[in-house]
Amino acid sequence: MNEYTYPILFGVIFGVAIRLYMLRTDYRQYPTYLHGKIIHVALGFIAAGLGTVAVPSIMEEEFTAITFLTIAASQFRDVRNMERNTLTELDSYELVPRGKTYIEGIAVAFESRNYLVILTSFFSTFAYLAFNIWVGIVVGIVCLIVCKKLMSGSKLKDIVDIEFVQPHFEGAGLHVDNIYIMNIGLPARQEEILQYGMGFILKPKSFNARATIANLGQRQAILHDVATALGIFKDSGTPALAPLAKRDLNDGRVGVFVLPQEKDIEKAIAVIGNVPTLENAIRMPTERNVNQKGRPLK
Amino acid sequence: MNIEKFILAAIKMEDSKVSVSGGTPVFTCPSKEEMETVAANLEAILDGIAHELSEDLYIIVKH
Repeated sequence: MNEYTYPILFGVIFGVAIRLYMLRTDYRQYPTYLHGKIIHVALGFIAAGLGTVAVPSIMEEEFTAITFLTIAASQFRDVRNMERNTLTELDSYELVPRGKTYIEGIAVAFESRNYLVILTSFFSTFAYLAFNIWVGIVVGIVCLIVCKKLMSGSKLKDIVDIEFVQPHFEGAGLHVDNIYIMNIGLPARQEEILQYGMGFILKPKSFNARATIANLGQRQAILHDVATALGIFKDSGTPALAPLAKRDLNDGRVGVFVLPQEKDIEKAIAVIGNVPTLENAIRMPTERNVNQKGRPLK
Repeated sequence: MNIEKFILAAIKMEDSKVSVSGGTPVFTCPSKEEMETVAANLEAILDGIAHELSEDLYIIVKH
């Protein structure tokens, strides 16, 4: 026991608590059960330890000790690889895959959460040592609020208007509103699709949103989330019953065709609205200088 | 190996004026009902989608 024991313990506990808080199992159903969680809690513990120990080492004027944070960086980059590999492997057995963009987003989130843990532990231990335990707790709580803010990205309902449209056939062509989805030849399949299918039109609110929902990964994320939330009328060997999202080239609207088990329009609109806008899909063409100076984009 | 965007089979009516050639297996059927039955079975067997090109011609495509 020395003067640093309690501050270190405090920092580690706070760091692990933050990691646990950020590890809620939500509708994305990942990580699901105990073993997946243990991996992340253990890594969170290591991250908390690294962040915490950095403070006493600086106070003891052991400045070279800070270099071990670089080891931490490479360690947690592996977390991203691990998540990416696991999810990509699992994705091939999903009826409606998540898609690479979504997986990459999840993997990046897992990596960055460990860095947030390091920062939280660092600041709260520093506050404890520099002032007292109460200031440490306050700083920890402020970090928690900042983490919560950093964690939640924007939702699809912020950038698009969602409208329900019953899909229909023109000949063999399946349409949602005027957007062509696919060609279904057999009348029996067509009946199934009309019975179970639902169509939604996503109307972008801005030029930036238009580019974002055009991203194939973003569209796949929508289909995956609807399938996980409302079920899917599909099995292996029935490729005709595939949920699809296609784009209207004229105005950038996206027609989403899904086959949910539960046909509830309100719920489906809420689910689509709550799909995260993937950070890898976000485009901001209006931020380009050339677009700001010239004719404004609508 | 994974086959994608490939025509696995074509099903056409006996009196169809459309001719299908190349390496694709062609199933000729006497009636529309027969065509639909054959197409439905092939769709299930081949894990493809039956697309209607015209009234008297279906193709099974692997996507």
